[in-house]
Order: sequence, then C-alpha cells, then structure tokens
Amino acid sequence: MNIPGELKYTREHEWVKVEEDILTIGITDFAQKELGDIVYVELPETDEVLKREEAFSTIESVKTASDIFMPVSGTIVEVNEDLEDNSAYINEDPYGSWIVKVKVDDEAGLNELMSAEEYKEFCQKEEK
Amino acid sequence: MDRELKKTPLNRIHRESGARMIEFGGWEMPVQYSSLVEEHRAVRERAGLFDVSHMGECRLTGPESASVVNRLITNDSSSMAVGQILYSPMCNEKGGTVDDLIVYRFGPEDFLLIINASNREKDLAWITKHTAGFDVTVCDESDRWGQLALQGPRSPFILEALGVLNPAELAFFTFRPARISGQEVIISRSGYTGEDGFEIYCSAEALCDLWTEILGAGSSEGLLPCGLGARDTLRFEAALPLYGNELDEDISPLEAGLATFVKLDGEDFIGREALGEQKKAGLTRKLVGLEMIGKGIPRHGYSLFDSEGREIGRVTTGYAAPTVGKRLALALVEAAYTEPGTKISVVIRNKQAEAEVCGKRFYRKKYKR
Repeated sequence: MNIPGELKYTREHEWVKVEEDILTIGITDFAQKELGDIVYVELPETDEVLKREEAFSTIESVKTASDIFMPVSGTIVEVNEDLEDNSAYINEDPYGSWIVKVKVDDEAGLNELMSAEEYKEFCQKEEK
Repeated sequence: MDRELKKTPLNRIHRESGARMIEFGGWEMPVQYSSLVEEHRAVRERAGLFDVSHMGECRLTGPESASVVNRLITNDSSSMAVGQILYSPMCNEKGGTVDDLIVYRFGPEDFLLIINASNREKDLAWITKHTAGFDVTVCDESDRWGQLALQGPRSPFILEALGVLNPAELAFFTFRPARISGQEVIISRSGYTGEDGFEIYCSAEALCDLWTEILGAGSSEGLLPCGLGARDTLRFEAALPLYGNELDEDISPLEAGLATFVKLDGEDFIGREALGEQKKAGLTRKLVGLEMIGKGIPRHGYSLFDSEGREIGRVTTGYAAPTVGKRLALALVEAAYTEPGTKISVVIRNKQAEAEVCGKRFYRKKYKR
C-alpha cells in the first residue's frame, strides 16, 4: 500500500498536502483500489465555499459512487479539470491526481489529519 | 462470505486467482478479476471467459414436450430444428415476465431450457405446475451442467487452437457437440455481450479442467477471465435485458421492447390473452434509452420526473458505458415521454439532473449472422 510520508490523511481516505493556508486534496491508493475503475468525477465550482465534512466531489466507479468530504471549512480555489475526461488518472496515479485546492477558512480539522504512520495503522484496522 | 451461498465448481479457482467475490441470486460469484473496464474492453477487442455455471438448466422430454414448451414461452418454438436455439420470455397469465430464457432443441422430443440463476426454483416450480397432465418429463439438470461463455472477436480462433473443428462455421443461434481437451461439450454460437462468441456446456466435473485449458489456449490472444461486473456492462451497452431490471413479474416483454419474441398470432401460450389486450390498448409505458446531459451517472432504481415534477418512470439499468464512452441508461417510462429527444429529469442522490431520451442501440452488436 502506497502511503507517501510527506502527506497528511483523513479517515475518509483522502490525502492532503498542507502548504500554509492552501490544501491540495486527492484520494489515497487504498481508496482508489476500493472503488475500482473510476469512470466519472463530479467537481465543484471554483470560489465555492464549503463547510468541514460537506461533500465537495463525488467519484463514481462502474458500480458505486463515493462522496469526498472537506477536511476543513474553506473556499475552492482550483479544481483539476483534467479529471473530467480522464477520471482513470486517479486509479493510475492517486497521489499525482489532485482533485481540488482549498483555501482554509477555519483551521478546525487541520489537527485531526493523520500522519502517514497513523494512516497506515488506520488502514490496517479497516482491513480487518 | 455467507456460508449459505451456493458455489460453482470453479469457486476455488476464482478465489485463488484473486477475484473479488459477490453474492448474486444466492450464489457466490466473481464480480471482477482485475478491473471491470479492462475485462469489458478485453471482450470487445479480443476475448473474455465467463463462469456462468450458476444458470439453471431444465430438461423437458417426451411426446408432448414440443407443444408444452410452446405453451410456456411467448416465442414460437414449433419450427425449431434440432440443433437450433431460441430466445424467449416466459410469461404469467397477466403478461408479466416469469423469466427470459434460451431453448435448446436437443431432439424432436427433447428440449433444454437455460434459465436465470436468480429464478431457478421459481421457474422449476412454474414449469412443473404448467406441465402437469401433459405427457412430458420435467427434469432439473442444473447441477449436472457446467456453463462457460467465451466471448469476443478472437473467440473462434481460441476454440480452433483448442482443436474444435471450424468453430467459425457454426451458425448464429445453433449448437453442436464438440471435444475440448478430451471433454465432451456442447458449443452454441450465442452470448450475452453483443460480440461474436460461444456458450460452452459441459459436465460439472469437467469445468475446472476446461476453464484452465481455455485460459491457457487463449492467453496468446489476450483472453482474460471476466466477472459478472463486465457481464453487466457489456450486455447493457448491447441493450440486452437483465431479469430483475428490465423484466420482472410486472413488466411485460412488450413494454421491454421484446415484441419480436412475442408471437401473438401463433399458437396459444400463457399470457397470450393479456399481451394481446395490452397491445390493442396501446402500451402505457415503454423501455427507452437515456443519455445524461447533466452531471452524474443514472443507476438502477433512480426515479424519473417530468418538467412539472411528476414521477414518470425509473431507471432499470445505468452506467458510464465503457466502450460507448457516455453516461447512459435504460429506463421504463410513461408512453408520453418516450419520443427520442424528450427531456427528462433523473434524481441522482437527491439532486435533479437532465437527461434526454434516445434509442436503445447504444452499441452496434457484432453477431455473425
């Protein structure tokens, strides 16, 4: 299971790159394996303001749809439009396929992000 | 996995290959081995092998078997030659569908009906009930037969590599005996994917050897083992109905667009009167194709609404179609909304999205007629 050490992780299997008040968010290797072939990604609009735990995207595989949640309250500053026609990139390169960039409006939630080690343990418990 | 689920003889091989197993119709079956999209593509471009041994087989023999089969099904089996197969719905007295099945004519008084796995017990009970008093023997042969589907443009070449003589010359919707690695099998030119392909019937005991042999012979052709996931996306693109989605006890074959297989002017069959009346009165609802305009993927069971917010139907099957590359659905919709180009709202996880009625011919079938 690929879990890059420099990223942070959520309990919903998202990876988060924290750069000052900008978060870059995608889904992990664990998540893309669970989903199987991703055929469609619903993206938010730029400048959309969303609360922590609100869904900002839906990722659909052949068989299921999965909502992806905001780890903090914030504003969408950029979306990865490549994913509109190339949703399979997320399967091929989950850590290279960011979904959104978010400007943090409220830091609550940032300290709940897991380190790579913590996420690894979390995944091991999930698999049992 | 639930211990009560039924397993085909290939169950251990599927698990050992790393297939993801799911429950289907009371069976533990592989939904995918590698990737749903890869398996789907393999069948369209090269070949795929499916374990479909969970299907049921019901044998009808005896002096009145021919007329009894014709009474049970809506299609006309009376002119079937030995060695021919026929697709037909089987209806109840109200014209709803008990099952859709394939009839194999083994002899003048010898028929094998291939029935859906999810309807095995129901169909056997139904057939037994409706053949009572006729000079016919009904036998559940489901446990005797193993069934594999080898589908895709390279499938005749794979059969050739296995020593089957001139498989490409087997006419569409006919069958004949053959030998594959010393095993007696029956092969038919048929399938459920919209591609050229074969269905292979063998003894349950021969299944594991055959599966391994066919995969081995097909590897140079890029043959992949395929699960029920790809089976569903493939048949969906070809607009082939799935019992439980496009057909059920309350949906008539006429509503499902299967009028070609309902011979109202032939001999009597169960449901003929109700279907005749339905046709005369005009269908109140029909199966149509839908293409998404708005966001999201329309899926089985999602409700459909008109511009006034009135519910007018439901999605029977929907997918982001892998080969066609569009988000599509088959949907059962009130007759007034079935013209191609009609705009309909689909509710996808509590949000409305726009879709347009289109033809059901999403993918042009490649049968070798």
